[in-house]
This record gives sequence, C-alpha cells and structure tokens, in this order.
Amino acid sequence: MHMVTLTKGVPDFREGKVSFDEEGHLERGKTPTVMNPNDKIALQAALQAKVRVGGRVSLMSMGPPGYKEVLQEGMEDVYADDLYLLSDREMGAADTWATAMTISTGLAMFDEEPDLIFAGFKTADGETGHTGPQTNWCIDINDELTDRPIITHVISLDIDEEERTVRAKRLVEGDISEIETVEADLPAFIVTDPEFEPSYRRAEYRLRYKDLREDAEERAEALDPEEDITVWDHEDLNLDPDFIGLDGSPTIVAGVDPIPKGPDEREATMIDPSDDSEMDSVFQELAAYAGGD
Amino acid sequence: MTDYEHYEAVVVGCGPGGATAAKTLAEQGVETLVLERGTDAGAKNVSGGLLYGEQSAPYTFDDVFPGVRAEATERPVDDHYIHNIAGDTVKTFDLGKLHHHDTEWCDSVLRRTMDSWVAERVHEATRETGGGVLTDVHVNGLLREGGQIVGVTSEELDPIRADVIVAADGVNSELARDAGLMDWEEPEEWFQGVKAVVEMHPETINERFGLEEDEGDAHLFSGDLFDGVRGGGFLYTNESSLSIGTVFHLDSIADSGAEPHELLDSLLTHPLLEQWFDGEYHEREYSAKLVPDSKKVAHPSPHRGRLLLVGDAAGQMQAQGPVIKGMNHAVTAGGLAAEAIMEAKARGNPRSAGDLYEQKLYDEGVMAKLRPRRYRATHALSESDLVTGVGSRLLDSPVGTAGLKLFGGLLERAYNSPYLLGMIPDTRLTYVDVPTRIGEVLGTRVVDESEIDPPELDDRIGDLTYDVDDPHIELLDDSFEASGTAVTACPVSASGFGGGCYREETVTTNGTEEKKVSLDTQPCVECGTCAVVADTKWEHPGGGKGVEFEDG
Repeated sequence: MHMVTLTKGVPDFREGKVSFDEEGHLERGKTPTVMNPNDKIALQAALQAKVRVGGRVSLMSMGPPGYKEVLQEGMEDVYADDLYLLSDREMGAADTWATAMTISTGLAMFDEEPDLIFAGFKTADGETGHTGPQTNWCIDINDELTDRPIITHVISLDIDEEERTVRAKRLVEGDISEIETVEADLPAFIVTDPEFEPSYRRAEYRLRYKDLREDAEERAEALDPEEDITVWDHEDLNLDPDFIGLDGSPTIVAGVDPIPKGPDEREATMIDPSDDSEMDSVFQELAAYAGGD
Repeated sequence: MTDYEHYEAVVVGCGPGGATAAKTLAEQGVETLVLERGTDAGAKNVSGGLLYGEQSAPYTFDDVFPGVRAEATERPVDDHYIHNIAGDTVKTFDLGKLHHHDTEWCDSVLRRTMDSWVAERVHEATRETGGGVLTDVHVNGLLREGGQIVGVTSEELDPIRADVIVAADGVNSELARDAGLMDWEEPEEWFQGVKAVVEMHPETINERFGLEEDEGDAHLFSGDLFDGVRGGGFLYTNESSLSIGTVFHLDSIADSGAEPHELLDSLLTHPLLEQWFDGEYHEREYSAKLVPDSKKVAHPSPHRGRLLLVGDAAGQMQAQGPVIKGMNHAVTAGGLAAEAIMEAKARGNPRSAGDLYEQKLYDEGVMAKLRPRRYRATHALSESDLVTGVGSRLLDSPVGTAGLKLFGGLLERAYNSPYLLGMIPDTRLTYVDVPTRIGEVLGTRVVDESEIDPPELDDRIGDLTYDVDDPHIELLDDSFEASGTAVTACPVSASGFGGGCYREETVTTNGTEEKKVSLDTQPCVECGTCAVVADTKWEHPGGGKGVEFEDG
C-alpha cells in the first residue's frame, strides 16, 4: 500500500513564535516555517493506514528549498518514510490552481501509483481548503493517474486491503453536526478533518507504531537533506512554466487589509460592589436593556 | 467466539515483578505482551526504596537485568542504622548484621529511573517474541467466558485473550480484586508509606554522611516523634537526592486521626536530621503508597485459573521488623511465575501454571519469609491489649529501666535478629514504647536545632505532575461516619484544608446540620488509602492519566 500525504510550510502562528511588524503585517523572516498543523493530521491518518495494513508513507510538498525542514519535521513527528519536494523558481507564488496542477504532476512521478492520497483540511495561512480537492480534479484530467473518489472531512478511516475499499466517517456540519459513513474503492483521495483521531485499539497496532517511531527517529537523525530528499523541478515534471507558479495562477490578490482591532481604550466606571448605592446605579443602567432591546 | 487478539502471556504492570516475569518468559520464546498504565514504566510506582539481592533467592534483579545496578539504581547501601528517639535524645543501633543477613547486595533506587531502564530491556526481549511493552494502557479487568478467565480488558484496547495472565499491577491491583483474591477491607492489613525526595548534591551527600562515591546509607527512625502512631521513618541516600519517608500501620493512622504529611514533617524537622540538611531543604517530590503487610495479606494461593498474582498485587511485601523488603520478593515471584508458566506449557496444560507457581513459592522459601510461622504463633497473644499494657507499664517501671541499661547491647543484637523480627507483634509497645524508652534511658541529646521548613501540603500537591482524567474514584457513601477518616488519612488531604482530595463539609438541610465528605480526585496520588478507610468505588485513572511521578 502506497500512501502520499501532501503538505505545505506555513508560518508558525503559535504565540511566542509568530512576529508582526508595527502595522500588523506578518514578518516572514522572523517567523519560523513549520508543517501546516492540519497536514500533520492528514499524515497521522496515513500513518494509521500504514500501521494497520502496512506499506509506505511518502510526504510531498511544493515550495522553496527551505521546505526541506518542513518535510524533515514530518519524518520526525509523524514518521513519514520518504520525502519529496517540488521546487524551483518557476513554481513560486502559485495560487491553489497552479499548485494543484504541479502537485498532481508530481504524484504521477512515483513508480508505484499512490493507493491513497491524503491532504489536510486547509492551511493555516491561505485558509482556502481548495488545494486538496483541486489536486484530485487535476488527477482526473491527468492520463497518467487513475481517477479516484475524494472523501472530505474524514474523522476516522478503515481500510479493507483484500476488498480494496476504504470506509470513512465524515463530519458533516450543517445546522447540526452529523457523522456520515461512506465507503469507496481504492485508489482514493482523503481530506482529513481537524477532528480526525487516529485509533489504535489493538496491541499489535500500538507495538507496530512503537517500532515505526523508533525506526523513524533513527532515520530522521541520519537524514541528509541534500541526499535523502527527492527534489523535482519543473523540468523533471515536464511542466510548461506558463502553466505553473505566478504565471499559471488565475487568482489575483488585489490587496491585503489588516482586520481592524478593537479600541485600545474604553471608558470604564469602577464600582465598589459593597456600596449599595453604586450597585443600584449599575442595576438602573442595565434595566434599560432588560427588555431584550 | 469474538475475534480478539491473542498472546501466549499477558503481563500487567512493568515494575520489578512484571518485568522479571516478562523477560524470563520472552527468553524462553513465550509470546509476551506487557501492558503498563504509566506514560513510562515507573511513572506510577513509589518505593521507599531499597532493593535487595538476597543470597537465598532464586532470582535477583541484576541476574535478570545485567547492568541494572550500574545503570539504573542509585547507590549501593552497606550501612543501616536505627535511631531510637525520645524527644531530642537519641540512641542509635547499628543494623548492619540484619542488613547483611542473606544479602548479596542492596541498592537505593528511584523507580522512574530504574523501571523505565528495565522496561526498555523488557521491550527488546518481548518484541522478539511478537509481543512487547505498551505504556499508557490501563488494564481494568478480566475477560471471562463461561465464567472462566480468558484474558484482560482495558480502557485503551479491545479485549485481549491470553493463555496466561500475570498480574503485577501493584498494591491496588484491579485484577486481583476482580478475581476475588484480594480486597481493600481491613486497615490492619496495610501500611501507608509517604515519601519526600529531597535534592542534594552528590558531594554534599558524601560529605555529610561520611560516604565515598558509590556508597550509601540507610537510616530508620522510631520512638515518640510520631504522636504514638505505630510505624517509623526512613532515610536512604540516592545518587543526588535523599529519600525520606514514613511508614505506618494504616489502622493506626485511621484510628488516631493523624495527618500523614504532618507525621512526615515531624521526621523532617527532628533535630537529628539537621546534621544532614544543614539548614538546606529542597523537596523534589512528595509521594505515597499503600504497602501490604505480607504477614497478614500475602495470598497463600495467589492464582485463579489462568491468572497469577506477583509482587504487591499478591501482598508479597515483607516487613522484617523495621526493614521492609518488597521489590526483591516481586522479582523472585515474577521469575517463579515465568518458570511455572513454561513448565505448564511444556506439559501442554497452561492452566496448571497457577498450581506450579504456588508450589514454587513454598519450595523456594518465599512464603516462609512473607508469612513466618513464628508470627502466626505469637501475634494472637502478643497483640492483645492486656499484654501490650503490661509490657508498657513494665518498661516504664524502675525494673524495666534497669533492664534497658543492663541489656542495651543485647537489645541491639535483638534488633539484628531476623528470627526474632519475624515474630515481633504489631503493637504500640514495639513500634513506639520500646524505642522511646531506649532513647530516654540510653540516648544522648542532639545539640542541633532544626532549621528547615518543609513545604505546605498545597505546595506539595502543586509540584506534582498530573494529567487529569475523569474522576476515577466514586464516593459511595458521603456520610462522615462512613468516609470521614479519609479526610485525615489521605496523604493529600487534611482537616480544614480545601485543596486536597477529601474535604469535610457541614450541610444544613431543613435546619438540621450534617457532616458530609466531598471528593475531588484531581490531586490524587493513587495510593489507595481511601479504598480501605472510606466507602468508595476505587479504580485507577486511564492509561497515562492521573499523577505522574518523576522520581517515584
């Protein structure tokens, strides 16, 4: 079983890591790049599949050479087996469309076609949630890859290797949240929901997981990013530069406006709760709103 | 038949007993799965702790785990003393003879360090068989079919079948209770231990205790410093810390209303200890555990069907007078259980393992140490109030005083006699009155004054690491009559203290005041005291949840 998880490097938005300038713009140079948190969840889903039915998990990203660290993070934290980076200047500043085109071409490069492709719900910076589904659409129009069903918002996953099927529970949010169970043939494309929880209810799974952790720790330590991460540029992928990167992106970002912040100063009147007359004034003040107006 | 996983052997708990059983089984090719509820082996374990390697024992820990003494224990302990205390006068006896009796070696240990080191070796060995060690799994019961035990259940995994189950899940073994082999009924059957691990630089330890590198001391304390509660204190030197604690009969704590943390403080602030503290005190960890009194609860037939109990789970903790030996017996029991399982397997009758194990416990002399016949012969008479009262009065009399002066040397020899210690009764006379009179009559005054200020209980609780889960203890009867003892006896609760597990509350209903008990399991150290002294439904928290000891 070959599983591929797609990932992107994003600014580390955790408190203490992220840095903004005086105008509230993200300082990219001062903010570390990390693996998109939702993609880690997708990688955990792939890992769960590997633990249960065996196989290998490849991790693929598109971005600058610095994203090698993001891929390494995926190996260290979620035990990816092998790492792939689609990278050159022509691919820069791509929107989700151009990204999906590039990645689907990268997915066609494997000798062993992926049985399962995993993507996270959305990225912490772009927040579009488009790239996964668009990539699957590009797979549909790519003759070198088998068309596959896509299952989104997946919160749990079971694979029947013999029957070549995948059964998934998906969180369907509407007026009320519902859990829908669906089944699809392999190969398939899975987009995990942030609520996805890997489940290891058998001791043999946990023992295998532990083996993988030890193995991945050793591999991550011995990894030479220059030698051991496969990098493909647009020529390797045989892609026309006009159809990838900025030139291949139909999206135009007209501008970015910061979200207005609330006022720093507000008027406040201090009330001594033990002073009845002061408290009475509070009640009088609130009484006007008591009718629900 | 449901399609559950199956292993030849499932070992529950990866302390010394479980680890020994698992490694011994694995070395003979038995497919062995070890399930440990801590995030790390040792994270749920507390010991005093001295680990003995006994000459007469068929298994010692360093035989089973070569390198454990060099890599994972604290210091070899050669010198052992008991201090008989009356106020600020102290008479010290050398317990060297007792310490070295049948002793190949003795090391001070901290359980987190030792158990996690050992668990790695167990995992390597068991993995070869198709099993392995899994942490964070709380085994909470036995899987039965047709009334027969066929496996285990846990919170984290689907049920698992096994040809044989070794329950090495500690003093509060849920498997032993599920099987009906152990209970939490009688406070008389248990001790409660409370311990502080105190930070101290290795060179400071060497200087203040007069030790060389790789030398250690053990000190015991008894007398009048614990308000008449039956038990005593201990101090062991670790590599870069001291383990200082108290061990009391649980019934004595319950009946007296004593607060365990205050009893510990009585020891910590005694002027005798100032020679070692020199005004500096940094407490690293506060912990507690129940200790089975093997003389009363070591199960004479610790097995049922496919289930074999090992170590604390079977009550295999020997109080040899003031010296407590537990881990060594767990190691032996674990080894013997493994032997029995392999022999039973070779005979093609895995279910005979329990009977074979029991036979081995008797043949190898383990049961004779745990339940000495001498004690059975003497305790009925010597633990009567009449005998205790007469003995106490005699001690206080001029005849008694003269006797002590005359026979002080003989007393020291008596303290060193394993034979006599095997029959000493569990009375105030032996735990409190005799040591106090020895201290009064033969002792010398300690000139130091204690300058240390132990942490308050809320600081001790606050320093512990918890991963809070749903409440794991249910208070079945919240009346003060049924469960009020827990307010004082619980080592993380106290009268008038609102931050502990158990609190006393006065509830007024229709003008009638009633004393009630309330429970908050958040600060629980999982010692099990309240399972015995209060009306509770007690179980361990989920795997990896609850308190996590860094030292243990």
